[in-house]
Amino acid sequence: MKLHENTAVVLSQLLAKKEVSAIEVTQSFLNRIGDLDPLLKAFVTLTPEFALKTAAEVDQKRINGKRLHPLAGVPIAIKDNICTEGIKTTCASRILSNYHPPFDATVVSSLKAIGMPLLGKTNMDEFAMGSSTENSAFFTSRNPWDPERVPGGSSGGSAVAVAAGMAPLALGSDTGGSVRQPASFCGLIGLRPTYGRVSRYGLIAFASSLDQIGPLALTAEDAALLLGAIAGYDRLDSTSLPEDVPDYSKELGAGIKGIRIGLIGENVDQQFDPEVNAAVKRKLTMLEQHGAVTGEVSLPLTDYGLGAYYLIAPSEASSNLGRYDGVRYGYKAESRHLEEMFSNTRGEGFGAEVKRRIMIGTYALSAGYYDAYYLKAMQVRTMIRRNYEKAFQSFDLILGAATPTPAFKIGEKSDDPLQMYLSDVCNINDALAGIPSISVPAGLHSSGLPMGMQISAPPSGEKLLLAAAHFLDGQKRGVPQRPQLEIGEGGSK
Amino acid sequence: MDYETVIGLEVHVELLTESKLFCSCPNRFAAEPNINTCPGCLGFPGILPQLNAAAVKKALTAALALNCEVALYSYFDRKNYFYPDISKGYQISQFHVPIGSNGYIDIKDDQGSTKRIRIGRVHMEEDAGKLVHSPAGDTSLVDYNRAGVPLIEVVTEPDLRSPGEAKYYLEKLKSILQYADVSDCKMEEGSLRCDANISLRPLGSDALGSKTELKNMNSFKAVERSLEYEIRRQRDILISGGEVVSQTRRWEENSQKTFAMRGKLQAHDYRCFVDPELAPIQLTAEEVEEARRNLPEQAEARAARFVKDYKLPGYDAAVLTVSRSLADYFEACLQAYDNPKTAANWIMGELMAKLNTAGIEVDRCSFTPASMAELLIMIDEGLISGKLAKEILDQSFSSGKSPRRIVVEENLVQISDHGELEKVIRQMIEKHPDSVENYRAGKTKALGFLVGQAMAETKGKANPQLVNELLLRALES
Repeated sequence: MKLHENTAVVLSQLLAKKEVSAIEVTQSFLNRIGDLDPLLKAFVTLTPEFALKTAAEVDQKRINGKRLHPLAGVPIAIKDNICTEGIKTTCASRILSNYHPPFDATVVSSLKAIGMPLLGKTNMDEFAMGSSTENSAFFTSRNPWDPERVPGGSSGGSAVAVAAGMAPLALGSDTGGSVRQPASFCGLIGLRPTYGRVSRYGLIAFASSLDQIGPLALTAEDAALLLGAIAGYDRLDSTSLPEDVPDYSKELGAGIKGIRIGLIGENVDQQFDPEVNAAVKRKLTMLEQHGAVTGEVSLPLTDYGLGAYYLIAPSEASSNLGRYDGVRYGYKAESRHLEEMFSNTRGEGFGAEVKRRIMIGTYALSAGYYDAYYLKAMQVRTMIRRNYEKAFQSFDLILGAATPTPAFKIGEKSDDPLQMYLSDVCNINDALAGIPSISVPAGLHSSGLPMGMQISAPPSGEKLLLAAAHFLDGQKRGVPQRPQLEIGEGGSK
Repeated sequence: MDYETVIGLEVHVELLTESKLFCSCPNRFAAEPNINTCPGCLGFPGILPQLNAAAVKKALTAALALNCEVALYSYFDRKNYFYPDISKGYQISQFHVPIGSNGYIDIKDDQGSTKRIRIGRVHMEEDAGKLVHSPAGDTSLVDYNRAGVPLIEVVTEPDLRSPGEAKYYLEKLKSILQYADVSDCKMEEGSLRCDANISLRPLGSDALGSKTELKNMNSFKAVERSLEYEIRRQRDILISGGEVVSQTRRWEENSQKTFAMRGKLQAHDYRCFVDPELAPIQLTAEEVEEARRNLPEQAEARAARFVKDYKLPGYDAAVLTVSRSLADYFEACLQAYDNPKTAANWIMGELMAKLNTAGIEVDRCSFTPASMAELLIMIDEGLISGKLAKEILDQSFSSGKSPRRIVVEENLVQISDHGELEKVIRQMIEKHPDSVENYRAGKTKALGFLVGQAMAETKGKANPQLVNELLLRALES
C-alpha cells in the first residue's frame, strides 16, 4: 500500500512508530498531487517547500523525543477562503487573486502549532458561493470518481484532494452545505460543527451567521482527530462557544445501541433519486439491527429553509463583500473617479454568481423590502430552529440524504441557478439551526458514483455524530471505498 | 405670518478609552497617517470584531448621566454604504436598539427659565477615517487612524426653539459628558461633532415643516450662526410663498452661509441589519445600578462641595465648575497649596484671562496646577511680589518652565533682607529731602513716591510691603 493511500490515523501511527518520516509522508502526497492535480485541479496554490519545511521540523522534534500531537507530520489541504499568513488566499475570486493575508486564521495557527504540513490551498466556488466549484474564477475542479462530473462545492477542491489521495485531510467551510455536499459527491466524511465550535477568525466571510469551518476526511476517526485539533473557544471570535472541547477520538466506538434515530419524513417525499432514498433506508435498517431505536421525524418547515437561506446568506454577503472596493487591498480597476473605481473594481473583480447574490441581498435589505424578505426569513430561521428543538426531544440523531442525487455533470446546472441551489436542499436547514451535521458515505449508485447520507445532532452533539459515523465506517470492513484512478505518464489520464 | 423655529441636534462624541471599539489599536490622535491601525480597523477580510468592554461602560455612563432608560439587551447593526473612509463597506452602529433612550437634559432657555430637552436616543458606533485631498485636487488619500474609534451619538427630540437654546444645550451636554468622564468633548479637535436639523412652522402649528440638516460646523458658535442663517433663509422662502426643500446643507465658515449638499432623493438607504459577527450586549440590572451609583459628580454637586469644603463664594464655585477640567485644575492646585480663595482668585483672574487670550482650554495649558501652587506659595513666602508673580505666570504659561526655575534662573527673588532694604531707604531719604519734608508736613502722597523710588532702585525686586514698613519707620524716627 502506498503512503498516500492511508488514512490520517494510520499515518499518525506509522509516524509515531517512526516507521516513516513526516518528510516521506509529505513527499508521497506531493508526488500524488504532481501526478493527479493537473487533471483534477483541486489546488489553487501549492506550498510544497512550506510543507516539507514543517515536515522536517516535526521529524527533528520526534528525533529529539518531544511530545507531539497525533496529527504532527500528517499533511493537510486548506480551502482558499481560510487566511494563511503570507500565502496567497484568493477565495477563488479575481478580486483577491493576488491577496496575501498578513495573519493566520485561528485554525491555521492551531494546525501550525501541531506541525501539520500545509500542502496547498484548495479550489472553491468564488467566495464559497456555489455547489460545484464551477463558480471559481480560475477553473472547475473535477470529481475523481468521474472527471466529467463536479466534485460538489463550494469546498470542492478540498473534497477532491482527500478523495483522490492528494491529501489525507482537508479543511472546508460550510455555509449551507459546502462541506457536506462535496463530501457526499466524493464519497467522504464531511463534518459541519455546531456554529461557534470552531473559530471563524481568519475565515473570509460569506454569510457570517452561517459560516463554519469543518473537516473533510476518509473516516470518522480522521474527522474526529482533526475536529479536536481545530475546535475550541477563541476570544478573537465573539460568536465562538465558550465550552470545553471533549476528546472526540475517545469513545468513538461507543456504538449506537439505544440511540434514538429519526428519519426525516419530508426529505423522502421530495424528488430525490430513488437509489439515494433506498440507500438511506438501508443504512437506517442496519442501524436498527445494531440496536438503534429508529422512527420517522417530521420537520414541517423543511421546504421553507431554502428560501430563508437564499435571503439571509445573500443579505449578509452583500454587506460582507462591501469592503472589496479597491481602496486597501485586492484588485483595483482603472478608473477616472471614485464612483467609477468602486463600480469597475467590483464589476471586473466579482463573478456572476457573487454579483447575483450581492444583488439579492441588497434588495432584501432595502428600505421597503426588509420586513417582507430579510426579517421574514429571520423569523423562518427561528421557527426552523424550534422545529429541530422539538424533534430532538424525541430523537438523539436525525437522518436523511446528504444530497438528492450523486454528482452531476460539469455544465449541467451552471446555467440554472435554482437547480444549483436545490442541490444543497438537504444541508441548509441544519446550517440555519446552527446544529452539527455530518455527511457519511452511503454506498455506490448504479452509475458507480458515491451517495451520501446526512446525520444531524443537537448543538455540541459532535461526539455522538462521530460515534454514529464511526459505527457506519466499521460496517464497511476495512479501507474506505476509493475512486479507481488510472494515472498515465505526466499525470494525465 | 410669524414662524416658530424647531431644532433637533445629533451630536457625536468620542469616548475616552484606551483602545478602539473593535480592535486593540490605541484610541488617540496621531499626526502620522495610518499609524494607529491594524488589519481589523483596516477591514481586512477574515478579521472579526472584538467589542471593547470599556467603551460599553462609558456609553452606559453617558446614557445614565443623560437620564436615559438603559436597554439591558442591545446589539450592533451594520450601516452599509460605499465611501473610502469606512474600511469594511459598512459602519458598525446601534440602529435598532440603542443602549440608552428617553433621556433628557435641563437647560436655561432664552428667558432664563429651566427647560427640559428630551433625548431620544444614545447609541454606540464606530468612527470613520479621514480623507485627505491633494491641493491639486487630483488625488485623495485615506487616514484610518480614527477608523474604529468609539463614539456615542446623542440625538435630541425636536425640542429646541432657537439657536441660543441649541448653544445652551450643547454647553450643558458637553459639561455633563466631561464631568461623567465619558469624553473630552472638544469640538475644535473633533471629539464632539454636531449636526443640526432645523425647520420653521407657523406659530401655533403642531405639524413639523420640511427640515434641512446642517453639517460641517466646527464650533458651538458656528452651530449658532448656521442656525441663525438657516432661519433667515427658510423664512425668506416661506414668506415669498415657496417651499423649503428637505435636504442636507453644508455650513461654510468663510462665507457664513449654508449650501445644499444632497437632496432627499439622493438620501442613502443604509440597509441596516444586525451585525452577525458580534454577540449582543447583555447588561444586568446590577451592572446598571452599579454604574448609576458610580456616576461621577456633576457640575452642580461639585460647586456645592466647593462652597462647603473650601468656603468659596457661590459665584467663584460656579465659575470654577464651568468645566470639569477647570474644576480639576483648581482641586489639583489645592493638593499643594492650602488657601482655596487665593487659588480661586488667581485661576479665575490671571489664568482664565491668559487662556481666553491664547484660545486654549485649561487641560491643554502648560502652566500646570503644580506651577500655580508653586507661584502662590512663593508669594505667600514673600519671595516674589504679586506683580512679579503675574510676569512669571506669563513666562511659565508660554515656556512651560516652572515658576521656581524662572525665579532662580533670572535672579528674581524678592529682597526682603532688612539690612539691605534699610540701606536703600537711607539713600532715598538722602537723595529726596524735599519729599521727606513734604511727608513730614502731612503730604502722605510723598510716601508713595519714595516707595516707588526704592522699588526702582532695586529693579522691582524689593518686597514692597517691607519697603513701606521700613520707610515709615525711618521717616517717623
